[in-house]
Amino acid sequence: MNNKSGFILRHPPQVRANHWFVAIVFILATLSGLAFFHPAFFFLSNLFGGGPWTKILHPFVGVVMLVAFSMLASREWKYNRVTDADRQWQKKAMDIMLNHPVKMPDIGRYNIGQKYLFRTLLGMIGILFLTGIVIWQPYFAPMFSINLVRLAVVAHGIAGFITIVAIIVHIYAAYWTRGAIRGMTRGTVTAAWAKHHYPGWYKEMSKGSK
Amino acid sequence: MVQQSLNIERRSATTTPSPGVRHSVEVAKLIDISKCIGCKACQAACMEWNDIRDEIGTCKGVYDNPADLSAGSWTVMRFSEVETDNGKLEWLIRKDGCMHCADPGCLKACPAPGAIVQHENGIVDFQQENCTGCGYCITGCPFNIPRLSPKDHKVYKCTLCSDRIATGLEPACAKTCPTGAIMFGSKKEMITQAEGRIADLKERGYQNAGLYDPKGVGGTHVMYVLQHADKPELYSGLAKDPQLSPLVIFWKGIAKPLMSYGLGVAVLTGIMHYVTVGPNEAEEDETEK
Ligand code: HEM
Ligand code: HEM
Ligand code: SF4
Ligand code: SF4
Repeated sequence: MNNKSGFILRHPPQVRANHWFVAIVFILATLSGLAFFHPAFFFLSNLFGGGPWTKILHPFVGVVMLVAFSMLASREWKYNRVTDADRQWQKKAMDIMLNHPVKMPDIGRYNIGQKYLFRTLLGMIGILFLTGIVIWQPYFAPMFSINLVRLAVVAHGIAGFITIVAIIVHIYAAYWTRGAIRGMTRGTVTAAWAKHHYPGWYKEMSKGSK
Repeated sequence: MVQQSLNIERRSATTTPSPGVRHSVEVAKLIDISKCIGCKACQAACMEWNDIRDEIGTCKGVYDNPADLSAGSWTVMRFSEVETDNGKLEWLIRKDGCMHCADPGCLKACPAPGAIVQHENGIVDFQQENCTGCGYCITGCPFNIPRLSPKDHKVYKCTLCSDRIATGLEPACAKTCPTGAIMFGSKKEMITQAEGRIADLKERGYQNAGLYDPKGVGGTHVMYVLQHADKPELYSGLAKDPQLSPLVIFWKGIAKPLMSYGLGVAVLTGIMHYVTVGPNEAEEDETEK
């Protein structure tokens, strides 16, 4: 272990800061975007100073989110390759989700669910950006044909929905996996946590410290 | 502001009933293109009554002036020179502006509660004080009418003079037209009026004369008498069969409600999973094994 009390460093401070900045800005983008999505959510525009302010802020918040997320994604990119151990894990995914006792395959730093989620976010946030530009009044939307704007606004809504569901899953999984949030806030996880959830990564880390 | 003396049929992004105890008849404006001489008195009257003054533009070498609708020009005359089948040259002049659709795409698309209202008499009116400036209405409209003002980022278009009609006056354009090409009354009356005129035109050799009241948008409260109703495209590209875009129908009719429920279900699934399965905990003594 590289830490005296049996803690392993999982996320260095730059990554933690980056992650939580993304999380805050993403939530602001979600709340402001949803205000436009359905009248049931329009009350959210009050959080941003009313309809016109929400309309003005949302795209800028989205762009800030995109920049910060790109930085986070470039840091995490290398950990998100799918391996054979991941595929074995996937076969047991149902049992793992139901807390049945299983022999955990030797997976690395992240499990395949996290990896798929990472890819989904990457793709969807890209689509959100491109379609968001096309529907951005009054700066860019007038440059595009009306049918492209219609298509983009539908695609933006769908991509927004997929991204929000993905983040709901992400937040719940982080909460459900006791000890994970500590990894992203304090930076460290317990050895037992690492061994239980990511045996391959645990072996790698304990090798490194010897 | 909404005209309080007019009943409201529906409001954008509103799921509860609209004020509706009064009763009003369905109105319509009838524009008889065969009588229009292109004098633009109606354009001037519209500016005058509504106190709008557009930027002075430049001459494009044609009579169309201003060249397009804008936040400061709610109606423009569109001139087209057309050679009809019998080799005759015809000058077709169409007064363009909001059609006041019975099934308005702008209102369906708008996300801001009460930024667009449809009065029971058929007038579709934008309430700029509730407008966010998102431009969704532009994507909803099949006639390319709403215009976002670069100055205040609100959307404007013809109001059908709802403020005049609320007090029993006719629209400013109808009042001012020197040839009587613009008429105003109940929709029923206007249809009867049009039928008489169409019979007249047919007698004078316009076999395809007809009324433009397109069913694809549920009919309109601005209707045209066309000499060539079989070819509305001749009139500066008037849509032959205007419809709400299938993308807009999918967006507002299916995606919006379905995905809103979807989000609720996602959150609820998480909670239910937690209370039934419980957290995923690592045993602290596992490393010793
Ligand atoms: C990446 C940069 C982004 C840009 C440039 C952008 C731009 C826009 C624009 C211009 C609108 C129309 C309303 C308005 O003008 O404020 C909009 C709506 C919306 N945005 Fe974004 N956005 C971005 C990111 C996001 C993100 C990250 C989310 C949430 C996951 C999101 C969710 C939404 C939703 C749900 C709507 C309403 C769509 C509808 O009415 O169907 N956007 N966005
Ligand atoms: C309040 C909300 C959030 C919580 C509680 C949270 C929690 C966490 C935790 C605990 C981890 C570490 C997982 C591990 O060590 O295995 C993590 C990783 C990560 N989070 Fe979040 N997060 C939140 C919001 C977000 C948002 C909004 C985004 C992006 C849009 C995001 C993107 C990521 C990424 C990319 C990783 C790295 C995982 C990977 O690459 O597979 N998170 N998050
Ligand atoms: S620009 Fe204004 S009127 Fe048009 S859809 Fe958006 S909020 Fe409604
Ligand atoms: S013509 Fe366009 S702006 Fe006018 S009521 Fe129909 S959809 Fe709305």
